[in-house]
Amino acid sequence: MKAMLTGFAAVVFVAIASSAILDTLGFDSSAVHSGPSVRLD
Amino acid sequence: MLRMALAIILALSLAISAQAQDTSIPEESGVNPRASTGGAQTLNDIMARQANQKLDDSFRSDAVGDPNRAAGLTQQLGTLGGVSDAEHWRALRYGTADINVSAGGAVATVLVQDGGMSWLTFRDGPLRTYGGWLLLGTIGALLLFYVLRGQVKVDAEMTGHKVTRFKSIERFAHWLLAGSFLLLGFTGLAVLFGRVFIAPSLGKDVNAAVLGWSKWVHNNVAWAFIIALVMIFVMWVAHNIPNRLDLVWLRQFGGIIGKNHPPAKKFNAGQKVIFWSVILFGSSIAVSGVALLFPFEIQLFAKTFGVLNATGLPEMVGFGALPETLAPQEEMQLAQLWHAILAFVLMSIIIAHIYIGSIGMEGAYDAMGSGEVDEAWAHQHHSIWLDELQNNDQGKPTKIMSAE
Repeated sequence: MKAMLTGFAAVVFVAIASSAILDTLGFDSSAVHSGPSVRLD
Repeated sequence: MLRMALAIILALSLAISAQAQDTSIPEESGVNPRASTGGAQTLNDIMARQANQKLDDSFRSDAVGDPNRAAGLTQQLGTLGGVSDAEHWRALRYGTADINVSAGGAVATVLVQDGGMSWLTFRDGPLRTYGGWLLLGTIGALLLFYVLRGQVKVDAEMTGHKVTRFKSIERFAHWLLAGSFLLLGFTGLAVLFGRVFIAPSLGKDVNAAVLGWSKWVHNNVAWAFIIALVMIFVMWVAHNIPNRLDLVWLRQFGGIIGKNHPPAKKFNAGQKVIFWSVILFGSSIAVSGVALLFPFEIQLFAKTFGVLNATGLPEMVGFGALPETLAPQEEMQLAQLWHAILAFVLMSIIIAHIYIGSIGMEGAYDAMGSGEVDEAWAHQHHSIWLDELQNNDQGKPTKIMSAE
């Protein structure tokens, strides 16, 4: 049971970490497919 | 005599009515079938298209003008350069126009993506229909099997002696894979079916919110799935090499059907099928998924089609040569369809895996729950593995439970 819960917690951790890392590296779609002349908000 | 006359009249009237309904294009007979419209499409062409009949529309796609035959600048229509407005639009629509862009790369040179309609039609039609029925059919078949067969019980008395079936790291990797796969499956289904099930019942705003979250979860949980896939491959591949024992197991249906309990090592033939399905389908789903995560960066299909064409396989099975030049958008569309088709197949297999690992077999869940299984269970389902374990110093029974 402990291994199962650890596995599920790791899923959440990896998801949040990958989102933060990819955004930091400039892979979010607004950074890749937009430019300074485009106002997104 | 009268009967014969009636038969002739009936046959003639049927022939006339069949001719009236025939909207197909006249076969090549040396006469231009579009002479009456000056080469433009005819009513027959339009009706054939509306009836979803296969239509050779090269008379349109090839009619894109000819700059070499342009009239002089001072002549009538000379400034058009031999290409009329209609011909310009046709070239854009069929992807043959010479487009130059200062930004955006190859993606931006496609102004009208004709293949997008084929993708949308397939995604909204056969993919949803057959994919959905595959999952429902699998669940239905398992329910029926459960009613007819019931749970696979352990024949012998439980001994109370427990052996370690899977170590913590193995169970962690399994649940990392399982948890991520469930999330990816549910969010993937939400993205595919949201518009037809969530929006009509709960409203478009709810659907938009669900799909927004689903997209985030799907995109980011994917990495956990990939990590887990690598982990289980490294840990279990050596145990999943097929051998002659698997044929015995398969001949006896692994004891799931019938009363025999064929011998097996750590993984039986059924588990090997699951393992290789997860590895092969999972890897292909992961690769096509990464191509979708980084749009237009990874081109998978044009190269693959080139390799397949070289083998002659597509022509052998009647597909003809597959296209080796694809627009960037077509690459993405094929990646999405491939991703979804394989995901449906893998989901169906995993539903069967969940069934046999839970209600379908007594004691099976313990192997991945606590990691400890009763010796009687191990003897019935993995007798060779148990013998090897007991002959090994490290594999001696780790726990002795009271028999109650």
